[in-house]
Amino acid sequence: MHFGVVSFPGSNCEQDAVHAIRYLGHDASFVWHQERDLSKFDAILLPGGFSYGDYLRCGAVARFSPVMEEVVREAEAGKPIIGICNGFQILTEAHLLPGALIRNVGLKFLCKTVALRLENSVCKWTDAPAGTVYHLPIAHNEGNYICDPDTLKALQDNGQIVLRYCEENGEVLPNSAPNGALDNIAGICNERGNVLGMMPHPERVCDGVAGNRDGVDFFNGIVRMLEGAVL
Amino acid sequence: MAKYQIFVTAKKGIFDPAGTISKNALGNLGYEGINDVKIGKFIQMDVDDSVTVEDIEEMCEKLLANPVIEDFTIGAED
Repeated sequence: MHFGVVSFPGSNCEQDAVHAIRYLGHDASFVWHQERDLSKFDAILLPGGFSYGDYLRCGAVARFSPVMEEVVREAEAGKPIIGICNGFQILTEAHLLPGALIRNVGLKFLCKTVALRLENSVCKWTDAPAGTVYHLPIAHNEGNYICDPDTLKALQDNGQIVLRYCEENGEVLPNSAPNGALDNIAGICNERGNVLGMMPHPERVCDGVAGNRDGVDFFNGIVRMLEGAVL
Repeated sequence: MAKYQIFVTAKKGIFDPAGTISKNALGNLGYEGINDVKIGKFIQMDVDDSVTVEDIEEMCEKLLANPVIEDFTIGAED
């Protein structure tokens, strides 16, 4: 199981991602943003950071880098793609996921561990039971998810909402999202379930050094899925 | 040579903290009748005559603005 971890100029979580994947016993390689061949990878990860300085809008410029053409092609072919934080922003800019991520409602960069509830979704990246509560770190200024009402309804009806911000007991309250995200959305997937975008950082909590190991499911889940079934 | 001026602002209903804060601050200064303030981006482009307004529109839709959250207007300068 080989993960390709894309490095854009300004990415800063690609080392953590490669470390986490290798720690869990899988293969991981860095992929420079100028590369065009992703065929040897079983899954692609777009890491967090500030690609291209986040100039214009977060993810707007990265979307047009050469590697993204191939990411879009592979995503449409069904290959598992995960975008974390800035990677999520890039996936929305590339229209692989609907909606957009705008400035946090409190205008502050949020850097802390938050409680998240895994929802009943079509997402293939984790096979843990719906209702599982994770504690994952967030670190972002633009994590306030927004989309139009029709898109939100489609996300809800199709089971595309993967993670919601919640309280410690797993309850999702109107203001559980620290960034103001619509419907407390922290992560969504496409209709097919192979493309996942999430603001929290599972790669930071895989080896146990940073408090817990709640990020493990997001990597081992897709590995189990790929090894056990055809996407 | 042609010069285009592009204004990019948050769509109606999309969180525009800079605009909201400025509107409130103007109110605090005693200015009345200010219904809305939007703060966005101003982009100026110098292009060859071969570049059309339609090209600029396409550039806005693809890159310079995100139609999910932003509106844009294009003005030309003679």
